[in-house]
Amino acid sequence: MSRDATATRPPSLAAIAARGGPPPAIDRPVKIQAEGLNFYYGGTRALEDISIRIHSNVVTAFIGPSGCGKSTFLRTLNRMNDIIPGTCAEGKVLVDGVDIYKPGVDVVELRRRVGMVFQKSNPFPKSVFDNVAYGLRINGMAGSHSELAARVEESLRQAALWDEVKDRLHDSALAMSGGQQQRLCIARALAVRPDILLMDEPASALDPIATQRIEELVYDLKTTYTILIVTHNMQQAARVSDYTAFFWLGRLIEYDRTEKMFTAPAETLTEDYVTGRFG
Amino acid sequence: MKRFEFLIEWALFLCALLSIGTTVGIIGVLAVETFAFLREVPVTDFLFGTEWTPLFATPRFGVLPLVLGTVLVSTIAMVVALPMGLLSAIYLSEYAPPRVRRLIKPVLEILAGVPTVVYGYFALLFVTPLLQRFIPGLAGFNALGPGIVMGIMIMPLVSSLSEDAMQGVPRGLREGAYALGATRMQTSLRVVLPAAFSGITAACILAGARAVGETMIVAIAAGQQPRLTASPLVPVETMTAYIVQVSLGDTPQGTLEYRTIFAVGMLLFLGTFVLNLISAWLRARYREEYL
Repeated sequence: MSRDATATRPPSLAAIAARGGPPPAIDRPVKIQAEGLNFYYGGTRALEDISIRIHSNVVTAFIGPSGCGKSTFLRTLNRMNDIIPGTCAEGKVLVDGVDIYKPGVDVVELRRRVGMVFQKSNPFPKSVFDNVAYGLRINGMAGSHSELAARVEESLRQAALWDEVKDRLHDSALAMSGGQQQRLCIARALAVRPDILLMDEPASALDPIATQRIEELVYDLKTTYTILIVTHNMQQAARVSDYTAFFWLGRLIEYDRTEKMFTAPAETLTEDYVTGRFG
Repeated sequence: MKRFEFLIEWALFLCALLSIGTTVGIIGVLAVETFAFLREVPVTDFLFGTEWTPLFATPRFGVLPLVLGTVLVSTIAMVVALPMGLLSAIYLSEYAPPRVRRLIKPVLEILAGVPTVVYGYFALLFVTPLLQRFIPGLAGFNALGPGIVMGIMIMPLVSSLSEDAMQGVPRGLREGAYALGATRMQTSLRVVLPAAFSGITAACILAGARAVGETMIVAIAAGQQPRLTASPLVPVETMTAYIVQVSLGDTPQGTLEYRTIFAVGMLLFLGTFVLNLISAWLRARYREEYL
């Protein structure tokens, strides 16, 4: 219990600057690239001319006040906004160099490669096992039962949940705690082996201990995945991310290495936001 | 002002009391007459007898032919209504664009507003002759025609209530499925449908209760011949149709024949009551899970 007391205390900006650790590699290849992306909900423009390059195998955080477009942008990357009627995107989003808004793109295949974890954990009303196995089954990746079971175990281990649920894999997922449910949703997303993991405020509904576990998980997962995380919590962005993008009123204001964003941002708007002057 | 409020409150209370009183009264009359009936006819003869001839010179009071007639017609109705209702609910909830849904749903619900007597004649004068072209052995009065028409009648009920249940499934669950690369069909069938299962079951049971209690269609088109059969091709009689038959006839009040309609009515009431209870229980459980 003493461990999380220190973990939840926001680190000072100097501490973040002094944190060191492995510097984000700028030579990492570009995984996702948006070019002149506009997005509309009906007649309202929610994203305005967004251009950004997101690097492979790093954690990129999207911050900004409510309604700034950070979640909308995240959801354009696996075309999750398609299911909301009356929306429309223009411009380009390249994932591994391919424009995902080009006609003829297989959205189902895209979403398998670009996994997503939501703000409110959304386990299916099925057992723990069936939740993780769901994506494998629908994508025809289930194989034999032992292969399926192995994959489920591996995913639950990756999400640091295996030890807690191994004895109740066939209990309902809805009986678990909020933090466990969210890690289950992460395991579920990892099971189909995506390259990219989108996380839309994954810890906003969780208590500090559960939040810390999610953050540790994000840190561990970035060796294998490209992670994009939307967060309201600036300390969280500072703790988990290598790069940070600041959105404001549907525009991308600034995008840089996280320690630079939090210590010496180029824009006054960014500085006002990260120091808590508004938002 | 205060006195006025007081009066209003009492007036409203009396209205509520009146509807409860009516229900209690009906059940009371049913119970009293049923009890009188059962004093003369042993309950086992009533429930398990296979012949129903209360108006004959040597009357028999076995209710099974009526029960079986009811079950037969209702089953046919459900076989028609469930797949059609469920598929249209899936379409309306998961596939239809909002504009189409706004247009189709009221139209579908109009089906439920057509007077049942119209459905009865539709069964007798249109559906049965049509079926006779394909099924040579079909009698002019039968269980099949009214069953199918009754299915069409309760289909909107299944569809509308199931759609409500599916709409009640949080959008997050759908997004979770889509995010894993599920198609619309996989999301509808494997995530939304199971999540809405108790609500959909409740809708189906309610539709079943409606089918069991439906009167006009079967009174007109099913033949009014109590017969212990599982064949949908010959005339049968349901419990409701029997009650109509005796109520419209000249059976003197207070006789045993007259009391049969209360006994049958009681059985019918108990049947639909239990179905409604199960349905309400399922819906309550469903609400707990998602709201």
